[in-house]
Amino acid sequence: MADTFLASHRGRWHWGGRATTLVTWIIGLFFFFPIAWMVLTAFKHEVDASTDTPKIAFKPTLEQFSNVFHSGFWPYVGNSAFATVVSTLLVLALAIPAAYALSIRPVQKTSDVLFFFISTKMLPVVAVIVPLYVITQQIHMLDNIWTMVVLFTAMNLPIAVWMLRSFMLEVPGEVLEAAQVDGAGLMASFRHVLMPMITPGIASTALICVIFSWNEFFFSVNLTAARAGTVPVFLVGFITSEGLFFAQLSAAASMAALPVVIAGWIAQKQLVRGLSMGAIK
Amino acid sequence: MAVLTAPGARTTTPSRSEERAARWSRRAPLLPALIFTIVVTQLPFLLTLWYSLQSWNLVRPGSRHFVGLRNYADVFADSVFRGAVVHTVLITAGCVVISLLVGLGLALLLDRRFIGRGVVRTLLITPFLVMPVASALLWKYMMLDPVYGIVNWALSPFGAGDEDWVVSHPMWSVILVLVWQWTPFMMLLLLAGLQAQPRDVLEAASVDGASRWRTFVHITLPHLRRYIELSTLLGAIYVVNTFDQIYMLTQGGPGTASSNLPFYIYQRAFLGFDVGQSAAMGVVVVIGTIIVATVALRTIFKSFELEKS
Repeated sequence: MADTFLASHRGRWHWGGRATTLVTWIIGLFFFFPIAWMVLTAFKHEVDASTDTPKIAFKPTLEQFSNVFHSGFWPYVGNSAFATVVSTLLVLALAIPAAYALSIRPVQKTSDVLFFFISTKMLPVVAVIVPLYVITQQIHMLDNIWTMVVLFTAMNLPIAVWMLRSFMLEVPGEVLEAAQVDGAGLMASFRHVLMPMITPGIASTALICVIFSWNEFFFSVNLTAARAGTVPVFLVGFITSEGLFFAQLSAAASMAALPVVIAGWIAQKQLVRGLSMGAIK
Repeated sequence: MAVLTAPGARTTTPSRSEERAARWSRRAPLLPALIFTIVVTQLPFLLTLWYSLQSWNLVRPGSRHFVGLRNYADVFADSVFRGAVVHTVLITAGCVVISLLVGLGLALLLDRRFIGRGVVRTLLITPFLVMPVASALLWKYMMLDPVYGIVNWALSPFGAGDEDWVVSHPMWSVILVLVWQWTPFMMLLLLAGLQAQPRDVLEAASVDGASRWRTFVHITLPHLRRYIELSTLLGAIYVVNTFDQIYMLTQGGPGTASSNLPFYIYQRAFLGFDVGQSAAMGVVVVIGTIIVATVALRTIFKSFELEKS
């Protein structure tokens, strides 16, 4: 650990260490400040929110939140939650077997398949948005939440395959072989030996899928409207319909961001592995 | 590689049909995911190719007809498209380089034990978690607003007036918001790299009296190289597709001053309803991406292979 390395210098670096700590804290607060300010503004009356000199002391109110809740926020939350949860489950259902076939009992040309999956992440989504629009229009799936479920699944599936594969590669081969020797069939050893061992991996994969789905905007803004709109679409519509009210807007933006922020805070440890698609442990 | 013959099975040469059955039983779990991905991501692209050869405007029904490569000629003659290419490169490179440097600095600061380390780390990763649409709104209205924004208020002792940053410096505004969002990403990946350093080597260096700077340059940086490559590539994959922040902050403006490829193609498709042209642009972008990505993917693959061994 870092502290053993630093401990030998403790005397000399005592003051330097404190200064470094202070600087680190200041930078941390600096990065967080815009978010803190947004949340603070959400508790203001509009008169306190639009002032030339920013106000720190004010009479807090929950008025803005109740405004947001009364302007049709919940159906959008419902849509986002549905698309996020269902697509994440679908991703896992497709990616777990696929990762298995790319790690534990690998197909031929494993690396070609992996290459294909990751290359779909590199192709710009904007290149397929026009046909997607035309197709969904022709099959009457525009502004339908299932369209979002399918697209979010496709968006996250390559990441999930890579991540889950990296977790499965960590399972020692002997464990699985032992299960085989004991006469367990493929399905049984998959379910009773492999699955419990990769549960943490499944959880962090799900977390990454949830983050990307909940925050997704490009497909949603182009393919949904009032009926299947997701939370980011609500935010955009909120400015145009309600006019520019800083406090109200802050309340809406804070509420929209909250679920993923909390999920990410809780699962900080899994985040690194997920963001590097399993490459960094 | 797991060998999955039944215990005690004689390794007689299996018949061809048995061999084929075994191959398919390996493939079976892969197929649903593979087929789904091909259908949802590749088929639409084939349609993009087809549409790109047609003149087709959605607001003029019956206008659709085959024009061959004319859309492509128009795309290459379009100065706004060329501008969007330049903006995309600048935004991606600017964001990745700056957030990588800041992220490295922060990772170094966090790679030591101090009071509240976990809290500071939590504060620092939050910008990455905030929904991009929400963070763009927050920056546009609460931070960069010419009259009520915090930035102008904070700069007022230095003589800043009611500068409208999003209009006067659209590219930098976009990059600023992106850097704020992506620095935590770089920091997390690089911090993981720092913590994977073999401590005995660092200790040996400090015992030998190597200065912290020399230790950093000769031991830490070479060790971090793989992590830096990986975070650059992954960051670039995401940032090149930036749409949300531009849509919310500048709408590609003023004029087309901050329009990148995703935003410009979106405009042509959904505000201009020009299917043929936007499809042709999509194809050009994909070809460009394939060229860049082939190089990039090889590097990623190298890092992943290294990790395995």
